[in-house]
Amino acid sequence: MEMDQGLRELYQEVILDHSRHPRRFGALEGATHTGEGYNPLCGDRVKIYLSLDAENRIKDIAFEGKGCAISQASASMMTDMLVGRSAGEAESLMGGFLHLVKGEDADGLAEEDRERLEVMGGISEFPMRVKCATLAWHTMKSALEGGSSAQTE
Amino acid sequence: MTAQPKLKPVAAFDPLAARKDFEILSRRVYGNPLAYLDNAASAQKPRPVLDAMYDFASGEYANVHRGVHYLSAVATERYEAARETVRHFLNAAHADEVVFTKGGTEAINLVSYSYLAPRIQSGDEIVLSVMEHHSNIVPWHFLRERQGAVLKWVDVNDDGSLNAETVDAAIGPKTKLVAIAHMSNVLGTIAPLKEIVSRAHAKGVPVLADGCQAAVHLPADVRDLDVDFYTFTGHKLYGPTGIGALYGKRALLKSMRPFNGGGEMIREVAREAISYSDPPARFEAGTPPIIEAVGLAAAIDYLGALDRVAVAAHEHDLLTYATEHVKELNWVHVIGEAKDKGAILSFETTGMHAHDVATILDREGVAVRAGHHCAQPLMERFGVASTTRASFGLYNTREEVDVFVAGLKKARSILG
Repeated sequence: MEMDQGLRELYQEVILDHSRHPRRFGALEGATHTGEGYNPLCGDRVKIYLSLDAENRIKDIAFEGKGCAISQASASMMTDMLVGRSAGEAESLMGGFLHLVKGEDADGLAEEDRERLEVMGGISEFPMRVKCATLAWHTMKSALEGGSSAQTE
Repeated sequence: MTAQPKLKPVAAFDPLAARKDFEILSRRVYGNPLAYLDNAASAQKPRPVLDAMYDFASGEYANVHRGVHYLSAVATERYEAARETVRHFLNAAHADEVVFTKGGTEAINLVSYSYLAPRIQSGDEIVLSVMEHHSNIVPWHFLRERQGAVLKWVDVNDDGSLNAETVDAAIGPKTKLVAIAHMSNVLGTIAPLKEIVSRAHAKGVPVLADGCQAAVHLPADVRDLDVDFYTFTGHKLYGPTGIGALYGKRALLKSMRPFNGGGEMIREVAREAISYSDPPARFEAGTPPIIEAVGLAAAIDYLGALDRVAVAAHEHDLLTYATEHVKELNWVHVIGEAKDKGAILSFETTGMHAHDVATILDREGVAVRAGHHCAQPLMERFGVASTTRASFGLYNTREEVDVFVAGLKKARSILG
């Protein structure tokens, strides 16, 4: 059976690798911020742990949760990319990411970030699955804002 | 593809002939023939249903029960004839025991609000099973939240079956209602409804059965079952969306307060007082789904013209065939294998999330449901977050099952 182009782009090796071996998976001791995300469509949950330093920089970040390959890979890539960034930088990265997964112009992203996130771009062809990719990001944002829960549906 | 047709048409029912009535089944999805295996979510509509709605709307339509004019009289006749069709379908004693609703969900909410809420004191109990759809859970949660009712959950067995004894054991002196799905939308389990009703009645407790799945596949004979309330929806029954029905025993309906307020449900309105219509009008405030009622009646007629025993045998054959094939895959774990279950196949896939599986199947043209199926307590019971579900209808074929199983293997090769 042949694999169609859309599926090949959606389930790229990088994404499958992140979903099978998620980075920064687990609870984070001494987190200063946490957020819980929930996708009522599928029942998937994610918890994001953040540890901010005095300058509001993300010193450490981790996530826990169960979900589909897309949501797990997205959470894994996100946590990997956010370490060392300020809260403001995290939010602008999120903005660029949201554009990218919706198939919109992601001009705001720095070249290097765009290159790393581009593998998630295939999801724009699967509108029913965009929420899977954005759950971790929304949850991270709500953690930063001190809220406790985010949801995508 | 082998030259031998894999489908064994049952003598009195030919699914290939029936498929011709469903235009949508000949369309393609992402270039592949559609294999529609999401019938438990909603079924496709045959031409006679669409024709009946079109003909009625284009030739006989007006509002019902109010005009003196010709068309209003014709439309009223058609609407009430549809009620009679539903009465016959359920073998109810009287047409006034049939209330049209906008679906199964509204029917259960109606019973919760109009029947049970006024009878609930704090600490009173409602017995329900863990295999209920959210529509047969949340209306009872309202009574827990607002009036202190206690929900008594009845477990299913590991194979997904439900015992009447277990339900019976949960019914106590404070039980005010038993609410049970006639057939589970996830497991396919068919509840021993007649026995549950008889045991509940022995303790003086009425029973509501959610027949949204069962009415499609099984005889729903409310007098034989002796059930007090029975609900079903049109769109799963090859009929239109926006219409369903509540059956209630006449004495119970008569004893109930109105649901929505508005036109039609009222006898007389004065500045300081009102009086209500008798059932079923009391529960049908506002302009009802008239065109949809005509469509629902056409769907019931469509099914009625088929040999329903043969249709059920065909669906059972598809279920058995599909179950055998997915169980050959050692990474598939079927959830719900009760004896004599309905044609619903839910399963977990090791190392693969249901949504990823469903996305890959979709690209093969196979429509399945992935998620919690609006049955989260059941997901929790089986320790899963979500499942993939294939559910079969009268027009499905073994060839479609083959495409589905091949799609599963493909998902495994991509994600596994």
